[in-house]
Amino acid sequence: MSVERVIQLAHGGGGRLTRELIETQIVPRFGQGPLKGLPDGATLASPGGRLVFTTDSFVVQPLEFPGGNIGDLAVHGTVNDLSVCGGEPKWLSLALILEEGLRFEVLERVLNAVKRAADACGVTVATGDTKVVARGQGDGIYINTAGIGAACPEFSLGVERLREGDRVLVSGTLADHGMAVLAARQELGFGEGLRSDTAPVHRLVRAVRDLGAAVRFMRDPTRGGVATVLNEMVEDRAVGIRLCESDLPLAPATRAVAEMLGIDPLHAASEGRMILVCAPEAEAEILRRWRALPEGAGAAAMGTVSADKGRVILETLAGGHRLVDVPRGELLPRIC
Amino acid sequence: MMKYIDGFRNPAVAAEFVRRIASQGRELAARSRVVHIMEVCGSHTMAIGRYGIRTLLPENAILISGPGCPVCVTDPGYLDAAVALAMRGVTVVTFGDMVRVPGSTTNLAACRAAGGDVRVCYSPSLALDLAKADPNREVVFLAVGFETTIAPVVSLVEDARREGVRNLSLLTAFKRVPPALRALAADPELKIDAFLCPAHVSAVIGANAYETFAAEYRVPCVIAGFEPLDILYGVYGILAQVLAGEARVENQYARVARPEGNLKAQERIARYLEPVDAPWRGIGVLPASGLGLRPEFVEYDAVRRFGVSVEGGRQHAGCRCGDVIKGKIRPAECALFAKACTPDNPVGPCMVSAEGTCAASFKYEVPEAEREEA
Amino acid sequence: MCLAVPMKVVELRADGKGVAELEGSRQVVDLSLVSGATVGVYVIVHAGFAIETLDQAQADETLALFEEITRAVASESQPSGIPS
Repeated sequence: MSVERVIQLAHGGGGRLTRELIETQIVPRFGQGPLKGLPDGATLASPGGRLVFTTDSFVVQPLEFPGGNIGDLAVHGTVNDLSVCGGEPKWLSLALILEEGLRFEVLERVLNAVKRAADACGVTVATGDTKVVARGQGDGIYINTAGIGAACPEFSLGVERLREGDRVLVSGTLADHGMAVLAARQELGFGEGLRSDTAPVHRLVRAVRDLGAAVRFMRDPTRGGVATVLNEMVEDRAVGIRLCESDLPLAPATRAVAEMLGIDPLHAASEGRMILVCAPEAEAEILRRWRALPEGAGAAAMGTVSADKGRVILETLAGGHRLVDVPRGELLPRIC
Repeated sequence: MMKYIDGFRNPAVAAEFVRRIASQGRELAARSRVVHIMEVCGSHTMAIGRYGIRTLLPENAILISGPGCPVCVTDPGYLDAAVALAMRGVTVVTFGDMVRVPGSTTNLAACRAAGGDVRVCYSPSLALDLAKADPNREVVFLAVGFETTIAPVVSLVEDARREGVRNLSLLTAFKRVPPALRALAADPELKIDAFLCPAHVSAVIGANAYETFAAEYRVPCVIAGFEPLDILYGVYGILAQVLAGEARVENQYARVARPEGNLKAQERIARYLEPVDAPWRGIGVLPASGLGLRPEFVEYDAVRRFGVSVEGGRQHAGCRCGDVIKGKIRPAECALFAKACTPDNPVGPCMVSAEGTCAASFKYEVPEAEREEA
Repeated sequence: MCLAVPMKVVELRADGKGVAELEGSRQVVDLSLVSGATVGVYVIVHAGFAIETLDQAQADETLALFEEITRAVASESQPSGIPS
């Protein structure tokens, strides 16, 4: 019987094992660029102009799920937040909190995912930190990433720019991540064929930079889903949003699991999609450009900015209409 | 594979039903008639909300939600007993929507945060699995539901007996739908012209179960499924009967509900349970309207096993869940609705249960003050 | 909770339970409350139990009826119910 290689408390102690952890896990993957020589902080060449700065923490359970792992989320989540704020992502920090007993092979898969995702997005992991907590005091891995991007001057984003008649676009099918993770927590075989949609959206934003004047607002629908993002957009405003149920893009497998679990797909998270509100004359061109990219293949127009003050309303398949409320209660914990 | 779901959500067919129902509405108006249709199934309540069915009907065809939510019709004392058990170290297993229902002073979610062992399940078999895994642990399942749920839950007793499991019991609050229908039809405060009968309760008890009721009270009873076309077809069928002066049972859900129902399920229920008088929040005690464990199965009855009482609970002052459950008022007519009582801060079960009338209204209905006719 | 969608039985297990499927998602289902739930039959699943089988012929008939309704020319004077 061999003892599996696992994280021990000493790996976070600051001594020999910590050094070894950094040298074997961090340096080979991220040791070029600002991290070279392992300084306490990264000194970066300012891109000039304004900066976008964001942070996000990741506590998903399970750590690995169909379509990805917590490492993918940690990069894509922060890259996407920068992107939907109109920023060109440049640098990430990577802070890890590891639980004693975490298997090295899991850590390696997660860090490989971070590297792969960062390289694919063209972002540099510039600085980071590693801590270890005792068994039972952390669920395997928690990750925090903060990100810096260069603000694109073409965008002037704000919910106050929403006008009746503006169109609400989404870059692909809804709720795939949320349903995949929930299904992964059920018994084996439940949710077969479901995969998280974890992916970056920065190229989708880049693709519409020169149409910036027609772009009112952008967001990525993570926790709380499309319903949360849209409600936040119109809360206390003079406009609302009308969605068309037959226009909501949904993958059949995702829809089936949502039906079986009794969950509204509008409430479930995506981790590789974005919502964009634009002037109506820009809709066709934005969709065309998005659909030309693999990550935008399923892009669709979901709805329109309306006069329903502060409300999000769904026109249903039956021809009626009903409110789209934010999700209530702890329906979907630890989803990202 | 989704044919038997999507086929019943076809927008073109829905539009045609809406058109025909509008036509029926004009005919009703010509006779100065208003028709009140009550549904008594939480899944109908939610489906009606989810598809905005009320926004499709003429003003003189009114859909009322009745006591369709088994959690909502359960007295607060039941929740108090469940909390007491959990705080005593018993493992309490429950369907999810009980967890935030208010008891007299607290709820199971708060109890869990304070260290009580409360487990949420999708299937009651979790309770059996937990009991088998640790014979020293007392496990109680919160056995609340109508006929659809009763047969699966009572299977716990059957399995426990067969496998010699001695540490599992049920805190029962099972209810039967037909006695409630009679009480509602007989209530002079309500004015119900027809019933939209529950799909899966009917699958268990059978379409024939409504025959004597429909004849005695002279009300159309249409059994309908949960998809939007099922509900629209149901309303259409009811209005047609009303216009023709008929009052019969019409089974529009024959694809699942058979005339005699599910005999295996009925037999399993009868083997372990017997009719008992039961309290319905808002309605009162209805004779033989509940189902309790037969005396020979007393060891599976948590009330006897642990000596807890499910009575004596208090509801919050100002709570009008009872009137909402009976269909006497709409949620918006309760002074607390959407103000002191919201899904995040529920005062009564109707707002927090997954099938509650107030929860459905809050979640799905544009507030009356904001409505303009589309 | 009546979260009951029709699912197709794809496997019968040795312990008497079955596996039901919807769009690739599979779920273990207790079949002891229904008769005739063989592979290929659709069942209504509630709380992990099949509570009835779906009569496909009947379902198809109802869907055909709905088809008929959309195709028929509906006149304003049509007062009462369609044949059931």
